[in-house]
Amino acid sequence: MQIGVITFPGSLDDRDAQRAVRLAGAEPVALWHGEHDLRGVDAIVLPGGFSYCDYLRCGAIAAHSPIMSEVIDAANAGMPVLGICNGFQMLAEAHLLPGGLVRNDHGNFICRDQLLRVENTTTAWTTAFEPSAEIVIPLKNGEGGFIASAEELARLEGEGQVAFRYLGVNPNGSMNDIAGVSNARGNVVGLMPHPEHATEPGFGPDTAAAMRSGVDGLLFFTSVMRALVESA
Amino acid sequence: MTEPSTSTEAPTEGAVATRAAADTVANAEATPVKEQPYAALGLTAGEYQSIREILGRRPTSGELAMYSVMWSEHCSYKSSKQYLRQFGSKTTEKMRKNLMVGMGENAGVVDVGEGWAVTFKVESHNHPSFIEPFQGAATGVGGIVRDIISMGARPVAVMDQLRFGAIDHPDTARVVHGVVSGISFYGNCLGLPNIGGETWFDPVYQGNPLVNALSVGVLRHEDLHLANARGVGNKVVLFGARTGGDGIGGASILASDTFSAGGPTKRPAVQVGDPFAEKVLIECCLELFRDKLVEGIQDLGAAGISCATSELASNGDGGMFIELEKVLLRDPTLTAEEILMSESQERMMAVVTPEKLEGFLAVTAKWDVETSVLGEVTDTGRLIINWHGEEIVNVEPRTVAVDGPVYDRPVAYPSWIDALQADSASRLPHAETPQELRAEAIALLGSANLASKDWVTNQYDRYVGGNTALSFPDDGGMIRVDEESGLGFAIASDANGRYCQLDPYQGAKLALAEAFRNVAVTGATPVAVSDCLNFGSPENPEVMWQFSKAVEGLADGCLELEIPVTGGNVSFYNQTGTQPIHPTPVVAVLGVIQDVADRIPSGWQDEGNNIYLLGVTRDELDGSAWAGVIHDHLGGHPPIVDLSAEASLAALLHAGASQNIVASAHDLTDGGLLQSLAESVLRFGVGARVWISEIMQRDGVDATTALFSESTGRVIVSVPREDDVRFQGLCEGRGYPVLRIGVTDAALPALEIQDQFTLTIDELRDVHRGTLPEHFGAVVGY
Repeated sequence: MQIGVITFPGSLDDRDAQRAVRLAGAEPVALWHGEHDLRGVDAIVLPGGFSYCDYLRCGAIAAHSPIMSEVIDAANAGMPVLGICNGFQMLAEAHLLPGGLVRNDHGNFICRDQLLRVENTTTAWTTAFEPSAEIVIPLKNGEGGFIASAEELARLEGEGQVAFRYLGVNPNGSMNDIAGVSNARGNVVGLMPHPEHATEPGFGPDTAAAMRSGVDGLLFFTSVMRALVESA
Repeated sequence: MTEPSTSTEAPTEGAVATRAAADTVANAEATPVKEQPYAALGLTAGEYQSIREILGRRPTSGELAMYSVMWSEHCSYKSSKQYLRQFGSKTTEKMRKNLMVGMGENAGVVDVGEGWAVTFKVESHNHPSFIEPFQGAATGVGGIVRDIISMGARPVAVMDQLRFGAIDHPDTARVVHGVVSGISFYGNCLGLPNIGGETWFDPVYQGNPLVNALSVGVLRHEDLHLANARGVGNKVVLFGARTGGDGIGGASILASDTFSAGGPTKRPAVQVGDPFAEKVLIECCLELFRDKLVEGIQDLGAAGISCATSELASNGDGGMFIELEKVLLRDPTLTAEEILMSESQERMMAVVTPEKLEGFLAVTAKWDVETSVLGEVTDTGRLIINWHGEEIVNVEPRTVAVDGPVYDRPVAYPSWIDALQADSASRLPHAETPQELRAEAIALLGSANLASKDWVTNQYDRYVGGNTALSFPDDGGMIRVDEESGLGFAIASDANGRYCQLDPYQGAKLALAEAFRNVAVTGATPVAVSDCLNFGSPENPEVMWQFSKAVEGLADGCLELEIPVTGGNVSFYNQTGTQPIHPTPVVAVLGVIQDVADRIPSGWQDEGNNIYLLGVTRDELDGSAWAGVIHDHLGGHPPIVDLSAEASLAALLHAGASQNIVASAHDLTDGGLLQSLAESVLRFGVGARVWISEIMQRDGVDATTALFSESTGRVIVSVPREDDVRFQGLCEGRGYPVLRIGVTDAALPALEIQDQFTLTIDELRDVHRGTLPEHFGAVVGY
């Protein structure tokens, strides 16, 4: 099973996403933003970073990279796509996901271990979670405030497209504490926290059991592997 | 975005119509008596005369620009050179054994085994960061990272050593917000985890904050690159960002001068950073190295093209020919002199064989990195620079880059230091009741320098890269180098300006000892040192004495510990008017750990572990945080340093880590035992019961001294009960003093100091976390 990770100019967590894919038991495939080629992968991750240094708006320029036309076609055909942080911003800019991301309400970049609740366990990237599972995933961004019109927000809530919600602390002023959303079909998911940084014991968030032992992010990748097997 | 261009021709844009006639070599020969602005460029009359003698004529204005920046204090080390030689001379075979590249290159390189090497360096960006805190701090990160890339390494971590004025001074928040957001912006955009560092507040830094930046890179042995231009006919290529008018004279005017009130604003001398350009440049360079397309490489930092061309030529075959009009410009009106001096960021210069040029240009084009071929390596022994066909520079490169002036500045024993040392903290009153002691403990925990720095560090990405094994608030940062074997490095940096003011020789050794200990408590073995020596004006003989003593102390200390100084940086002229800062020699120590899985955290996680104090407590409150915070006092002699004890302690901790019998270890330093106990509680929110009576009895000290003394060679460790016998055996076998002083208690939401006082975890957290947000704004989640 092959999961592609696209590198854009300014992508930062691309190698980390590749590692997470490998740790979950799939084969990571490096994809390049400038090529019209998905190399036959079964699913796609748009990694975190500062593509084009957030010029214009976060993710706005990357959303028009050559490879994005293939990504949009594949997503519309049902291929699982995960956008992490800057990847989420790109998916929103490419209109594959609803809403938009704005500057954190407090104005600063914030890095913290963030408690989330999984609100929808039927998307391609969340089936391995227990319903309403509470998970800890590192968050690190400057522009993570989720916004949408009142109408759209009501629709997202009503149709179960809110995939993740911040618990305890809303770290950036996101509406309805929304940390991540999916498209209506559930194959495209985006979130601001970084699941790929909670996949390897020793390098994840702290847990009560041991320092840096949190691996809640692994289930994103095992979910998609399960979804791919089921759809095959 | 501008369209990338790859040019081997002169750029057509940037019309030359407005170009002023350049001062050519022929013109210089024809007009020997022309008046030149050497003083405005920071050169002395004597230095100007030397340049005339070297050239046998007056310099052209371009040559004058080059000499002025390269002979500046910042670039030439002219006042410090004679002292820094000790770092090379006071060495042993053991110290040289693993040193692949030592001082003098862009950064030192240390063999860490398994075919891997680590390169690291710390550098100052003090003056730009005061004038323009955001850009100054941002470009400080950018500069040090380019030093690391130019060794052939992938940068993998950064950390910063920050010194600000008083936390409650009206100007401090401006500088703090600017510096922290500048580092956050630039470092986060580069994708480099920020894994440690220091943040201090002291009025002595009010008009002259210190912003030091450290970066670490890793490389395979065979990927090592050096800054030299060898091979006649090889091409000299400039790539990266375009050259603009920013940072002109940054090294000579800003970094090598003192701020004076009422002078003209120096803002145009601060560079402007673009981390996206740098991130792309990093990936581009790593691909160039991987494909073996580069013979020699040099980053452009201080002194820009002047530095890169003269250093590359000096370190290589000695000759180079450059056509300066081929430099791609952001501002087409720049003069030749400005192009030579510009410190525009995110630029690199490479030496490439003609056969590989095409491959080189293909890689830079892939990454949209603009590239221009400026010239080639020659066998003339001269650095010749033409500007639109006319020769404007013709020098022997070593006279610019290597054989600059060397000064033996006057040194004077400070008139005030005997009185300062005589004023010991021993005359200060100690708390008489547990309530008083408790109040002092709270005042210290919430004091600016001992309070939590989460407000700063939560703005930095510590996760990116996926290899961070330790970061703040643990004592040292740790990064995995090899994913298969778990091989990794640890790094910590320290400097206590108060100690150095009392005694710069001991102060420098204390900084070394503390950084060494901070690496040791992670379970790593310290192997190498880098430094950033921040001092006042070298023209002040008392400052020069402080500098000479600090360097001597650091060199002696490194010799005793047998770990080499691999490189570093000197920053002089850190003063406001005639008032110098406290001497602040930042010392960074790098350690190696065979498997990062063996690392030791700094705090308690488990119930019922025994808490041990390693080392003895002496009556050493002179210069301490207690003396400063409780009594506003600075005087006496700093704590004794026993480096052989530090080495034994490090070996003991390493053995404990590799046998997996130490659950946590935390160094005792500023604030003493109480501070370390409180931090160990707060790390994971696990309480403890502690008794200090046995320390008081064994070491003959009172409760104030037991809790707040800053004696060196001390660490608190926690040990699971089942490993107790083995741990005690380890200490006895090595003859290291050890006392059981408490037990962790997960059910107790407090730090209880028996017979003295109790602080609840909530209270500790509020006090420790509250201070920075009170001055600078809230921290998310607090």
